[in-house]
Amino acid sequence: MTQLLWDGLFVGSFYALIALGYSMVYGIIKLLNFAHGDIYMLGAFIGFAALTSFGGIPASLSIGALIVVMMLSMLLTGGAGVLIERLAYRPLRGAPRLAVLITAVGVSFSLEYGVAAIAGPNPRAFPVRLEGDVFDVLGARISLPQIILMLIAAALMVLLNFYIQKTSTGRAMRSISLDRNASLLMGINVNAVITRTFFIGSALAGAAGVMAGAYYGKIDFLMGFIIGLKAFTAAVIGGIGNIKGAMLGGLVLGLVEAFGSEWFGGQWRDVFAFGVLILFLTLRPTGILGERVTERV
Amino acid sequence: MSTSVDKTRTRPRSNSAGAKLSRFMESPKIGWVAFAIALLMPFIIATPYALNVMTTAAIFVLLASGLNIVVGYCGLLDLGYIAFMAVGAYTAGIVAKSFQLPLLFTIPAVIVMTILAGLIIGAPTLRLRSDYLAIVTLGFGEITRITANNLSITGGPSGIFGIPGLLEIGGIDLQEPAIFYYVTVVVVALFVLAAARLGKSRLGRAWRFVREDEDAAEAMGIHTYKVKLMAYIFGAIWGGFGGILFAAHLTAVSPQSFVFLQSALVLMAVVLGGMGNMRGVVIGALVISLLPELLRDLSDYRYLAFGILLVVVMVFRPQGFWPARGFEPERPAPNEAATESEPAPPKEAIR
Repeated sequence: MTQLLWDGLFVGSFYALIALGYSMVYGIIKLLNFAHGDIYMLGAFIGFAALTSFGGIPASLSIGALIVVMMLSMLLTGGAGVLIERLAYRPLRGAPRLAVLITAVGVSFSLEYGVAAIAGPNPRAFPVRLEGDVFDVLGARISLPQIILMLIAAALMVLLNFYIQKTSTGRAMRSISLDRNASLLMGINVNAVITRTFFIGSALAGAAGVMAGAYYGKIDFLMGFIIGLKAFTAAVIGGIGNIKGAMLGGLVLGLVEAFGSEWFGGQWRDVFAFGVLILFLTLRPTGILGERVTERV
Repeated sequence: MSTSVDKTRTRPRSNSAGAKLSRFMESPKIGWVAFAIALLMPFIIATPYALNVMTTAAIFVLLASGLNIVVGYCGLLDLGYIAFMAVGAYTAGIVAKSFQLPLLFTIPAVIVMTILAGLIIGAPTLRLRSDYLAIVTLGFGEITRITANNLSITGGPSGIFGIPGLLEIGGIDLQEPAIFYYVTVVVVALFVLAAARLGKSRLGRAWRFVREDEDAAEAMGIHTYKVKLMAYIFGAIWGGFGGILFAAHLTAVSPQSFVFLQSALVLMAVVLGGMGNMRGVVIGALVISLLPELLRDLSDYRYLAFGILLVVVMVFRPQGFWPARGFEPERPAPNEAATESEPAPPKEAIR
């Protein structure tokens, strides 16, 4: 029981990290960035490339190396996110929604098969595995790397929350999500803020990618597909466009999955998450924390 | 694209070759020409490999015409379209195999199952913003595959094989490759025609209206939810028939045939061909399904190129290479200056 709780929270914190990017971008420009899951995949592959180029890393340094690589990967995936926004999404701002969605699918496709063309279509083994002492807490087996990864995830989320609530850029983001034109009139550089949003969201996904690579030990070019779907589910559960909701939704989805796969069998894990998504969209499309909004004409 | 509309826009044209060509392309004869070419193809090349490729391409055309109803006519993005083909193929396969029936008799079961699948996915999501439909269908496509992979009735990862043929009458087995090709072409042609006719019907006009402006459509008394659901269900049925042909063609179904890549390729055919224009979509489908056969050497970069092409088309020519004509005015040029100064649709500001 406690084991399930712990596993759920752990996986949920990954989902939350990715869901944050989804939710931020959606909150600000109402775009479902299908490529977001693939940014996560890109992060994992950048981490893989960096770690491989370092050569052998002694096990005692693996955590340190991992954090350095994670920073690097965050920078690069953030840059990739900005580039994607600039090249693919910005020209289409104001275009019909269908065109934007199709573009997002195209970006996702390009990222997946771009990485497949460069790194090869077969799964790669991540060079650094996180293995550590296992503690026994209230009957749950918890390993040191799990704790470290969760702490990193939590720290990133706290930082993000601070950034959005306290800084002027954060305030600008919130104002754009309320009314983009009014923000423009108030002298906010809307494009710059959107660029920053993409950078932060993509960097968080990149961090999650490196963490997942180190934790699961295997990466492949389609790994972002299902996780992107789950992150979206998490964002919907929490209330899409809502930052705290995304965090909460990630954890809830992680828990639901952990218990669901315990009761119904692990091969149904993805089906279960999807069922939750359908259920939420039917019963409470605004999510747990989302307020009821009416679409104005 | 529609003859009735084409008549209204006849204006004096020069008799240059280009004008003649474009008039020919708009004329209703082109469908017959395409049909005739499809029927004559086996007389030009009839190796088993060529017949196989052409049959597959024809089935792909059927799928693209079905997706065109959803994406092109109604403007709903379906990213898991192949799942309907999976539902159709599996239903046909299971029913035909367990009752030892020819596949032809599984049609009612397939229609029921695909409509059911369409309702399960469409009913909750079509009330919401269209974005939700996109991602839910993305999930649905993947979930269908995983479910087929896990259930024992669908044969697990190895799928169903030894599916009975379409029909056998008086010693003529429709499974004979050449005969099967003709059957496929006729069926596909009928479905493409039906989809094009649907697009011109009252319902089809409602679909276009919903695509162009959902709120205005609602205000004019169109039950947008019902209309969208109809588009979705019609798309599902088309996909289901694609599934029957697929099962009959390969006599086997397995989960690997229904990955996201396939959905994306069908979408690509619709988008490149020109959303809403059935002729463009048919050509798009033929290009997408036949091009890889010609470019075997470049297979590594093929999908990368497809992805980039999607983005480029959307940025520079969102209406596709052969768009539907005569309905909507041109979109404002998608450049930055325009989007910044243009009043954003108030929908954007809901939060």
